[in-house]
Amino acid sequence: MDEILAGTLIASTLRVATPLILCALAGLMAERSGVVDLGLEGKMLIAAFAAGAAGAVSGSTAIALGCACGASILLSWVHGYACVTHRGDQVVSGMALNIIAAGLTVVLGVAWFQQGGQTPPVNDAVRLAPLWPGATDSLGAILGGGLLAHNILVYLALVLVAAVWWLVYRTRFGLRLRAVGENPHMVEAAGVSVRRLRYIALTANGVLCGLAGAYLVLAQNASFGPNMTAGRGYMALAALIFGQWRPVPALGACLLFGFLDTVAVRLQGVKLPHVGEIPVQAIQALPYLLTVLLLAGFIGRNVAPQALGRPYVKEH
Amino acid sequence: MSAAPALPRWADVAALPLVNLGMALLVAGIVVALIGQNPLHVLTLLVQGAFGSARGVSYTLYYATTFIFAGLAVAVAGHGGLFNIGAEGQATLGGLGAGLLALWLADKLPAAVMLPLMIAAAAAFGAAWAAVPAYLQAYRGSHIVITTIMFNFLAYSLLVYLLVNVLKAPGGMAVESAEFAPSAHLPTMAEAFKPLGIEWPSSPLNVSFFLALAAAALVYVYLWRTRAGYRLRTVGSNVGAAEYAGIKPAHQMMIAMAISGALAGMIGVNEVAGVSRRLLLDFVGGAGFTGIAVAIMGRNHPVGILLASLLFGALFQGGAEVTFEIPAFTRDMVVTLQGFIILFSGAMAYVLAPPLSRLIHAIPVFAKARQA
Repeated sequence: MDEILAGTLIASTLRVATPLILCALAGLMAERSGVVDLGLEGKMLIAAFAAGAAGAVSGSTAIALGCACGASILLSWVHGYACVTHRGDQVVSGMALNIIAAGLTVVLGVAWFQQGGQTPPVNDAVRLAPLWPGATDSLGAILGGGLLAHNILVYLALVLVAAVWWLVYRTRFGLRLRAVGENPHMVEAAGVSVRRLRYIALTANGVLCGLAGAYLVLAQNASFGPNMTAGRGYMALAALIFGQWRPVPALGACLLFGFLDTVAVRLQGVKLPHVGEIPVQAIQALPYLLTVLLLAGFIGRNVAPQALGRPYVKEH
Repeated sequence: MSAAPALPRWADVAALPLVNLGMALLVAGIVVALIGQNPLHVLTLLVQGAFGSARGVSYTLYYATTFIFAGLAVAVAGHGGLFNIGAEGQATLGGLGAGLLALWLADKLPAAVMLPLMIAAAAAFGAAWAAVPAYLQAYRGSHIVITTIMFNFLAYSLLVYLLVNVLKAPGGMAVESAEFAPSAHLPTMAEAFKPLGIEWPSSPLNVSFFLALAAAALVYVYLWRTRAGYRLRTVGSNVGAAEYAGIKPAHQMMIAMAISGALAGMIGVNEVAGVSRRLLLDFVGGAGFTGIAVAIMGRNHPVGILLASLLFGALFQGGAEVTFEIPAFTRDMVVTLQGFIILFSGAMAYVLAPPLSRLIHAIPVFAKARQA
């Protein structure tokens, strides 16, 4: 394999994986606290819309990012209000948020911009530029082009994996967060509010989904389009499960899924020796298939947080 | 919260769901007002579009047909204690089953043989696609919600693969199969009523509407009038009690999901055999998710599901008509409302129970009844 091809494969894998990583970390925060989050897709979608709309209108990256996170946090809180405060069904609430986001982004987009649900393209000055545009020339295709020519969100996502790992495994807050996902009664008995912890986790979840959605508009495409997340939220959920609710293995799963996506696009119509042509759809379906196999216990062990999905009833 | 007295049964069955539906409509109305439209004007146009003409009613019933199957699918799984988010994928497989059979045999067999075979194939494919997640839940402990979501994506990938690589009509630009031979066309209502001398407006409504009504009746009889249905509901309401009574929960989960998948597969009959008469990419179009809203609103009961399907059919048909009148309005408003209904009637179903209960008990007649 030549160097240029390797460089583009690495670069493309990282680009595809970044929103998955951010979203999987968001899911990790919520699910480690015991709240099932099927709403990743919807939160990412509404954040992408908010980033696209605010970015196009205001012409400011900061405002676009802020609106993306704000919109996503709002949905997280609705989820919290329904499921943490009122002990509603977490799966149903997550599905509701996904459907609301799918509809609302188009309704508002059509009404505000009259372009069939698209937002106007975001100005290049607002979009996130590569941190070091000359990296390929200075350091070559693999190190420069593959690893060092990305925008800030790509590196932020990787830093956040380390940050979330540190938060969850090395801080007092993280210990409580894990405990509240495994045995909320114990946490409450220790005098820590289950509700407060879960709301904090959901707020962090909103910020992370917001970044994931903003990435789609500020780094990948130039504008928001209807249903532009196209199942990435579910794939991030699959990566979280595949990574067994742990930050570093989840990162691995996101990179694997990103790589599969990259390869699927490149192998279109290519005949491999001995195997022949591999259908693109088979490679694209692989993340879902692998997750099913993992959940069924055929690869590894299914280790979901113990109290995941169970509403917590406070004792008096 | 313990301060609020329990709701009387009539309020729990009728008043609370109506209040929740009202909340969803209210929030949707606020969204409509936010985009600068008059909610009442939109509602009037919507009702006219859905019920104002024979053609409108016919379209409403066509949408309702798909939603009845989807709602029943979610409800039967629900009675078995399982949340089937996979109706979308099961419907895809159902359409695929009917379509493959039609492409294979329709030019050799008469309609009287072909159509029942296609219905059976749709049900069988849907059931088989649901049986895998059911098996994994019942015997390997993997969570059915996640597995059925993954199976939706797998179903879609399979359909795309087959359409692009195997079934695509030669020479055509669109990603769709060749049209089925005439014996695989399920008659539309207009065609079915013509020999009887009844003039029915031309619309996608086809005889699978009657299949949907029959399915609703069968689901009712099965769940509430047979021992098998009793076993299924027992597992759904209390796994421990069911096991103690000698009912095998794993068995019942398989049965619940197989029936659920077969019902979802019937969506393929309506859309593929009845309307498009060829295989296309997006013939399910989110109906599996609408089924969740329908089942929640219909409280998992066939009668409720028929009513909720009619409501959603009217919303989809009326919503399309509103778009013609008001260009700034899109039918995605109906999708949004569907999300609000799932949120308020499903996830937040009991949020308003305590205030409603206090309100009811503040009325002297009910307060007296409670003391007695």
